[in-house]
Amino acid sequence: MSKGKAWKYGDDVNTDVIFPGKYTYSVLDPEEMAKHALEDLDPEFAQKVEPGDVIVAGRNFGCGSSREQAATCLKYAGVRAVVAKSFARIFFRNAINQGLPVIQCSEAVDNIEDGEDIFVDFSKGRIETAKGHFDFVPLPQSILLILEAGGLIPYIKKKIEKEKTHGANNA
Amino acid sequence: MGRTFSEKLLGGKAGKPARAGEIVTVSPDYILSHDNSAAIIKEFRKLEIERVKRAGKIVIVLDHVVPASSEKYAQNHKEIREFVAEQGISHFFDVHHGICHQVFSENGFALPGKLILGADSHTTSYGAFGAFSAGIGRSEAASVWATDEIWLRVPETIRIEMSGTLPAMVSAKDVILKIIGDHGADRANYKAVEFAGPAANTLSLSSRLVMANMAAEMGAKNGYFFPDEKTLTWLEENARSEYDVTVSDPDAGYEAVLAYDISVIAPQVACPHTVDNVRPVSEVEGTSFHQAIIGTCTNGRAEDLEVAARILRGKKVHQGIRVLVIPASRREYLLALQRGDLEVLAEAGCLILNPGCGPCLGAHQGILAPGEVALSTANRNFRGRMGSRDSAIYLASPATVAASALEGRIADPRKYT
Repeated sequence: MSKGKAWKYGDDVNTDVIFPGKYTYSVLDPEEMAKHALEDLDPEFAQKVEPGDVIVAGRNFGCGSSREQAATCLKYAGVRAVVAKSFARIFFRNAINQGLPVIQCSEAVDNIEDGEDIFVDFSKGRIETAKGHFDFVPLPQSILLILEAGGLIPYIKKKIEKEKTHGANNA
Repeated sequence: MGRTFSEKLLGGKAGKPARAGEIVTVSPDYILSHDNSAAIIKEFRKLEIERVKRAGKIVIVLDHVVPASSEKYAQNHKEIREFVAEQGISHFFDVHHGICHQVFSENGFALPGKLILGADSHTTSYGAFGAFSAGIGRSEAASVWATDEIWLRVPETIRIEMSGTLPAMVSAKDVILKIIGDHGADRANYKAVEFAGPAANTLSLSSRLVMANMAAEMGAKNGYFFPDEKTLTWLEENARSEYDVTVSDPDAGYEAVLAYDISVIAPQVACPHTVDNVRPVSEVEGTSFHQAIIGTCTNGRAEDLEVAARILRGKKVHQGIRVLVIPASRREYLLALQRGDLEVLAEAGCLILNPGCGPCLGAHQGILAPGEVALSTANRNFRGRMGSRDSAIYLASPATVAASALEGRIADPRKYT
């Protein structure tokens, strides 16, 4: 179970307002990226967000560019998860590949107030709010494994190492 | 029930029949990246393996900030060149070629039936030639370099059934803006968009690239046209390898079929700050702006420069308006040069820039100050994209941008027919 403050936003929160394009090739360190998180949507967010906080948003969160920094900057800003009515497909993949859980749950979004503390149980698929609890379909096992590894790169690294060891044992 | 293009193509690559909704593990034919290759290299290095699995599948085009505008960008490019040499990546296009999507297409990588992945959201473009092409992130790109495989969900398909012929000074850009405006920026999220119907074949390959490119702005995973005589004739000269034409079965199952008579479409404008905030030009005529841009991977081809030149021939752009013209590639630049269109545009007062992404993503070459407004042929107008958070971007066709540059305010290009 994870507890965090909800930061609530609307529909179509795009990658340019999450992480402006002008920084994509000049800000390379994830901790630095975090300082620009949501800069063009909510300039106060990066200063005020606390570890464990959750972003709650409407439809099509993360639409636009394929830039993975949109997920990276949120993760390094301390965001524990993003709960939205729906996600743009590349952002959805990027978030998982960065080890940032993405939860699709329209009902929860409609009932969560900006600034309230919410509790997320990832394995059960439940969000507890002041207005009651809301269930979501937990992510499939194959995707949870990527999240648990901390993202796609550590996950693939482990896999490659395992294959190497396996190959060596068979040789 | 028959199968859609995406079901057949991904099923074929996975080696087993596939239906929408299934997840398949596939090996792409090509994987594209651009200036973000430096970031992908960084991820690849974390895997602690020495060689990419299939160097011949990797295509890298430097286009986002070309030539390098700062030491940081220069370092970025340098690291990419070193990696390309180290790994023996032969499909490398340095800063003088143009925008990745145009360069990839004109060099014959975008072929019918191919599965193409790109670390760029507008990778959807290659559907113009009948390929399945989708954008991915940089961790995934690094992972594909290392493993030569990726999982993909087989998308449901929305068919856009187009009939009629385009009116004068109305273009594919207006059609796709109209579709996006009607159905919203997430209508095709996770889905494939099939551009078909009798009008599809009347569109040039350049125009098909415009629509497949902007399928991304409906959230689509991929967007495509079926290859026809125009495609096959072009490929005779330009295809880089063998290919198999794949098309949807006549009885394929669609999530939706949306009909458009393109002969009744008016010039369209996407207003700030979302691509689906679309109005007919008549509703925004007279809006003032500071900078016009004719270019980008959406509308920087010779066909686009030609229509702009037709409108601006022998005239001058309105005083106080800065007009940037950015051909999509060196090849398109040369074509427009040989046809005399670049001369016409330069005479009219346009600033001709080198092929590349230009200011589209706000990195260089024409950044907007607070309070400034741009009218652009690009594909995206999100807040702050081209500079200041307090600037604004309108999107339109090359004809609309050229006519507006002439009048100094957003204008209907049809009067210049």
